[in-house]
Amino acid sequence: MMRIVKGNEAAAIAAKLAKPDVVAAYPITPSTDFPEKIAEYVANGELPHTQFIPVESEHSAMSACIGASAAGARACTATSSQGLELMHEMLFIASGMRLPIVLYNANRALSAPINIWCDHQDSISARDTGWIQFYGENNQEALDLMLMSFRIAEDPRVLLPAMTCIDAFICTHTFEPVDIPSQEEVDAFLPPYKPTHVKLDPDEPMTLGPFGVPEYYQEMRYAQHLAMKNAEKVIDEVFVDFERRFGRKYSKVSPYMIEDAEIILITLGSVSGTTKEFIDKMRKGGKKIGMVKLTVLRPFPSKELIPLIKNARVVATLERNISLGYGGAIYADLAGILINEEKRPLLIDFILGLGGRDITFNDLEEIVKACEKLIEGERIERPVWIGVKKELV
Amino acid sequence: MKIEPGGAIKEPGSSIAYKTGGWRTFKPVIDAEKCISCWICVGFCPDAAIEKTEKGKPPIIDYDYCKGCGICANECPKNAIEMIFEEK
Repeated sequence: MMRIVKGNEAAAIAAKLAKPDVVAAYPITPSTDFPEKIAEYVANGELPHTQFIPVESEHSAMSACIGASAAGARACTATSSQGLELMHEMLFIASGMRLPIVLYNANRALSAPINIWCDHQDSISARDTGWIQFYGENNQEALDLMLMSFRIAEDPRVLLPAMTCIDAFICTHTFEPVDIPSQEEVDAFLPPYKPTHVKLDPDEPMTLGPFGVPEYYQEMRYAQHLAMKNAEKVIDEVFVDFERRFGRKYSKVSPYMIEDAEIILITLGSVSGTTKEFIDKMRKGGKKIGMVKLTVLRPFPSKELIPLIKNARVVATLERNISLGYGGAIYADLAGILINEEKRPLLIDFILGLGGRDITFNDLEEIVKACEKLIEGERIERPVWIGVKKELV
Repeated sequence: MKIEPGGAIKEPGSSIAYKTGGWRTFKPVIDAEKCISCWICVGFCPDAAIEKTEKGKPPIIDYDYCKGCGICANECPKNAIEMIFEEK
């Protein structure tokens, strides 16, 4: 059924269709609609088996999800920015205990200065927490990726938590047509969660979260790494099954016009739409530009990405984040996977669109110009900041 | 012992499988000549890693679990326990 909904509601509908046992959340702009909607569904009797816990902080939200998941419940939450940071230490507990909690994150800038608008710094800063990370481009992807993340996270070969990241306001508060699957279709796609590895049950007692001494800790981290490697395969399988059932195709990396591209732009989230339109315009002017959108950031899609980009002259990352004192986070990931390739492109990172600043065609033109200079052999100091009013600093 | 995903422990008493002897830097060694079988070391061992034998014989130290804390050597009234640096 087609409905016109906000990104937040699309994600909440996905969570509702997944029929979680527990949703524990603390409202934070710009993801507030999510807990509001869940509370509404529960109050209306639309989720008769879901317990909604209005906790007092995000740290408690994740803690309650951890407790619920450890008791065998399907647990889900939503947050953004400072909220994700307050959860940070608990994110590691969730992944270390192999609890497949699903989180919806509205990508928002971090304080200070306080800013509620779109920026990827929050989830980028959580990329080493052992969570699977999806980035959606639009509201349909918010719904689809949320739904798929339950199945991927709960797969016995994976058992890792997963977050779906959606751009603040650009998607969370924008109304778009979204195809909403029926409950029957979702029930067939997503079986109930029935864990055996971790389940608090008086009839079959087990100790959870014990001390991990030096003799065992490294093995447990290795097991998490293997689970991430397994997730690579499971994500592909679930994407294929999802397309078969719902007709929408997903892949970890989505190339656009890259066959002959000299310059390839790497994108995350909503800017992918702008970039595709920009490429269409530039192609009319004869410029060989392409794009690769990353839908999955962890596990990092190295295998899929390398063959797509290694033959370009320049690969440029569009970064709505900055690892201060270094540069773009995606740049670092890309550099790491390309360095041992015999044939590899030049790489450069562009910092732009921070704190909700729009990314416009003019910005993208500036990026292309810088890439052309690189091709001509000019040295450019990286990272390149786009649209900064340097006279103010 | 296989590690479960998430590290859940499903069988009780698993601490037996964890041999803490690897923590040791100094190893207590009993001099049977000096030992009077008073069992004071047995009572003081915080890891219950020293076992009584019979009168006239020294107790037995279980090096799988002895962490080398040295309390036994400190408490021994006859200085019959020597802490020897252990190189691995």
